[in-house]
Amino acid sequence: MEEEKRKIVIPSQLLGDIEHNKSGRGTFVEKGKIYSEILGVLSQNSDYINVIPLKGRYDPIVKDFVIGIIEEPMASSWLVDINAAYPALLHVNEVPWDVEFGETEKFLNHGDSIMAKVLQVDQEKKLQITLNDRNLYKIKGGQIINVEPSKVPRIIGKKGSMISLLKKYTKCRIFVGQNGRIWIDGEEENIKKVIDTIKKIENESLSYGLTNKIENLLKKDAKDVH
Amino acid sequence: MNTDIKLIENGKRLDGRKYDELRKIKIEAGVLHRAEGSCYLEWGDNKVIAAVYGPREAIPRHTQNPLRAIVNAKYNMAAFSVDDRKRPGPDRRSREISKVISEALENIVIVEKYPRASIDVNIEILDAEAGTRCAGLTAAGVALADAGIPMKDIPVACAAGKIDGQVVLDLGKDEDNFGQADLPVAISPRTGQILLLQMDGHLTLDEFNQALDLAIKGCYTISEMQKKAIMEKYQKVGEVG
Repeated sequence: MEEEKRKIVIPSQLLGDIEHNKSGRGTFVEKGKIYSEILGVLSQNSDYINVIPLKGRYDPIVKDFVIGIIEEPMASSWLVDINAAYPALLHVNEVPWDVEFGETEKFLNHGDSIMAKVLQVDQEKKLQITLNDRNLYKIKGGQIINVEPSKVPRIIGKKGSMISLLKKYTKCRIFVGQNGRIWIDGEEENIKKVIDTIKKIENESLSYGLTNKIENLLKKDAKDVH
Repeated sequence: MNTDIKLIENGKRLDGRKYDELRKIKIEAGVLHRAEGSCYLEWGDNKVIAAVYGPREAIPRHTQNPLRAIVNAKYNMAAFSVDDRKRPGPDRRSREISKVISEALENIVIVEKYPRASIDVNIEILDAEAGTRCAGLTAAGVALADAGIPMKDIPVACAAGKIDGQVVLDLGKDEDNFGQADLPVAISPRTGQILLLQMDGHLTLDEFNQALDLAIKGCYTISEMQKKAIMEKYQKVGEVG
């Protein structure tokens, strides 16, 4: 199965019927037949037929780590853009500082970036995020780049294999938000290397054995430097 | 102006097409960098760009629906798209077309997935030669798929009409201006449901049925082109490695 070419599917494409398969993510059922609802890559997991999106907005899931940009400080909360369809609310109770009423902009102002965790997603898709967790804070320095949210699992790799490779060979500090924003800090040329590599991963995200390929590439580069 | 020009000669139309022949169509997906999804479409001498933004929070707030997303299509003709300069800005015609296209698209986008949101579809007519609402809707369908928006089908539109007493497919500019009827139809090709149906002019019931069948047949042909255009853009992504 590993050798098979990944199949691109488009909305309304027939994928199977409910007698033999189950309808998974990115699909819908009509009159006993399973169809794709998005442009994506077909993946079959035991009985389930899934379509993994190629493009599209970030769909927030509780406990995801994301990178947000403050849109608007309000009296006792902030509105944060986390690349989802809706702005997320960050309440003063959810930050590690002691914020007086109406003094929110002293701590986080328009344009500031934060690492955050998705706290709550309700039925109306109202979003809440929090800073009360380990390793979550306001971002100072470094650089943020954007990738397609659907490509994030490839950039992290299996059990973080890809991202630890990147960290090992470039000595950069990297934080990958599930919403497709990646923060990188380190020496300037190393940051550039990370960005180039991530772009490469994004472009070739559908190929097999990518982690090995990237490792070889990074090794070669590292040799050239020393 | 000569209003009784001959539209059919020796069984052929003015531009040499047969009765059931479409104009030349070229579709390209994903042409705009900053939009979530986009499509450039050439249909005869029509040139159309469609861009999709969103889903994003609907503004103004009173347009939000707590249970579903709204689809906000905007049809706009560029001032230079017609022979006489068109006064820019929305007018009665473009507002009507925006409305019917929005309603057609709302029926195929899975709007329940994005409560309170709006999906904005901007359709820009760069060059007009009759049949722009069909071209616009067809382009919008490709752009929506390109944006990764969940939908039940890729909508497609095509027109039929009557010229010199003969029912024909896909009216050209002179055929539209001097013909007897124009019947734009949009369908959902998977189910065959009709998403949009308008009529201008006079048709008998028989002619209407004939024209509707012809237009739907045209829709299926174009639907294949749409799918090919989307596949072409993304197939190469799958082939790397």
